[in-house]
Amino acid sequence: METKKAIIELRDIRRDFKVGEEEVHALRGVTFSIFAGEFVTIMGTSGSGKSTLLNTLGCLDTPSFGDYFLDGVSVRTMNKNDRAILRNRKIGFVFQSYNLLAKTTAIENVELPLMYNSSVSALQRQNKAIEALTAVGLADRLNHKSNQMSGGQQQRVAIARALVNDPVIILADEATGNLDSRTSYEILVLFQELHAKGRTIIFVTHNPELSQFSSRNIVLKDGRVVEDTHNDAVKSAKEVLDSLPKVDN
Amino acid sequence: MNAANLLKIALRALNNNKLRGFLTMLGIIIGVGSVITMLAIGQGSKRSIQAQISEMGSNMIMINPGNMDKRGGGVRQSASSMQTIKLEDYKGIVEKAKHVSVASPSVSSNGQFIYGANNYPSSIYGVSTEYLEIRKLSIGEGDMFTDQDIRSSAKVCVVGKTVVDNLFTSGDDPIGKVVRFNKIPFRIVGVLAAKGYNSMGMDQDDIVLAPYTTIQKRVLAVTYLQGIYASAVSEEMTTKATEEISEIMRANHKLKDSEDDDFSIRSQEELSSMMSSTTDLMTVLLACIAGISLVVGGIGIMNIMYVSVTERTREIGLRMSVGARGRDILSQFLIEAVLISITGGIIGVVLGVFCSFAVKLLLNWPIYIQLYSVVLSFAVCTVTGIFFGWYPAKKASELDPIEAIRYE
Repeated sequence: METKKAIIELRDIRRDFKVGEEEVHALRGVTFSIFAGEFVTIMGTSGSGKSTLLNTLGCLDTPSFGDYFLDGVSVRTMNKNDRAILRNRKIGFVFQSYNLLAKTTAIENVELPLMYNSSVSALQRQNKAIEALTAVGLADRLNHKSNQMSGGQQQRVAIARALVNDPVIILADEATGNLDSRTSYEILVLFQELHAKGRTIIFVTHNPELSQFSSRNIVLKDGRVVEDTHNDAVKSAKEVLDSLPKVDN
Repeated sequence: MNAANLLKIALRALNNNKLRGFLTMLGIIIGVGSVITMLAIGQGSKRSIQAQISEMGSNMIMINPGNMDKRGGGVRQSASSMQTIKLEDYKGIVEKAKHVSVASPSVSSNGQFIYGANNYPSSIYGVSTEYLEIRKLSIGEGDMFTDQDIRSSAKVCVVGKTVVDNLFTSGDDPIGKVVRFNKIPFRIVGVLAAKGYNSMGMDQDDIVLAPYTTIQKRVLAVTYLQGIYASAVSEEMTTKATEEISEIMRANHKLKDSEDDDFSIRSQEELSSMMSSTTDLMTVLLACIAGISLVVGGIGIMNIMYVSVTERTREIGLRMSVGARGRDILSQFLIEAVLISITGGIIGVVLGVFCSFAVKLLLNWPIYIQLYSVVLSFAVCTVTGIFFGWYPAKKASELDPIEAIRYE
């Protein structure tokens, strides 16, 4: 574990917001590192600072204090444009509500991040998108439009979109929040498969059950890390899925 | 993101909202269409007035005796009754004035023309053969009288269509017939081609031309001229020709520098500039009204772009989170706005040209579509798109991705 590269390095991260006259401390000194190949669950109740932490990790927000290194690059001093480029090259987002472009095919949705990278040609873009969609098991749905797919399929497209730029980290924000339990497990299986292939994944959730499926759990409370444990007995989502009663369609 | 991709995104956005896009375009379509139609009507009427003026001879210069600007008190007499212009002035102009192509003396008299049982009041003009060229007249039947006729003060004349119609009611061929004017018989050698009424409502065919020597000697018994008609070599040279004539005339009349002209020179230029300033004003007014509708169309674009930005807040948030920079978003929405305005502009140009020809066909109004009006209105609507699209696009590009992605 010691020889592994730190993808994310947080040092005493603080984030304060001004709400009217009052100062709100969303993060009060968060320090941890995440190494390549980890599958980390960040948990916390609402108001624990989990969303602020996710925004910081995703380079959407900058901390008020402290240092954040993403893949060795200091993010705190970066301007908006540089952070946009950083997100484009190093981060893959998966959101709770999929956020696919309406009336747009799966392949075009997946191509989107590469559209903002001028070094990728149109042909490369298409090939990578097909590759990513194949990886999430949607090779036969390339030209389906977003409104022609189920929630689980849409989330798979979103995951493919997060994979397409070959990011150093995948940030999933309540990625199973909108799905029924069966489909949730299917998505979890997919994440575990990606993890097994060496992807680094951060899964942010308020659902404590999900912690059983990741290799490491970080619990936030009132803007501080209150628990950071390694899970040696990772539960297989596939086994759980198989044990679920079959539904006939 | 490159231009082709941006264009693709904009096209898709428009395609997703076809009716809304079209209604937004309608403002621009009507704006551009009306600018082109209005300018076409304005320019058309200007040109038709100009054409009428040049039909009278746009480079024509009229020299009359007496100074129109400076007249004494007492009983005024008509200019033609003054006797300051002599044949020498005409000869001087013909010989010396470089910017004058041709000139003709002018003496005239009014009276009854009699042929058989018919009589008709008209004017007889004593002129030289060049008069035809100056007044843009032409012979319809027969011939013009000749220089020989002028030298011999022959009693021949050329008549206009109106005079023929009134005298030869039975349909006789007027050529070779003799009409009497103030008891003097004139043999008709030619009939002028009909010219119709001019813009002032004067019948240009109610005219009889005869050699000026004949009128001077046999009709009026005078030696002076009532006026001289001249033609400048070109319309642009009219002012120079006027100055030249003035110099020649002053020298001929031996006027000192301190003395005023004892003649007056008028060209069609004043008339033409007066006429065109009126129509120019009309064109500007029409264009202003049309321009306002273009601005209203622009506000329509702004409004719909605003709605579009709000509607697609989450899309913007997503694009930003996957790496779109502010300017990527800005250009995306700006291109969409410009696409609406340019498409509207193209349809507007077609509509404008169509309407212009419809006006010509249905109302019989003169129209003239200038290339510049098409280019101008096209440029204006593109600028309108950028101008009114900028603010909503800027708003979109400044959205906070964190809030935008969770926007409900």
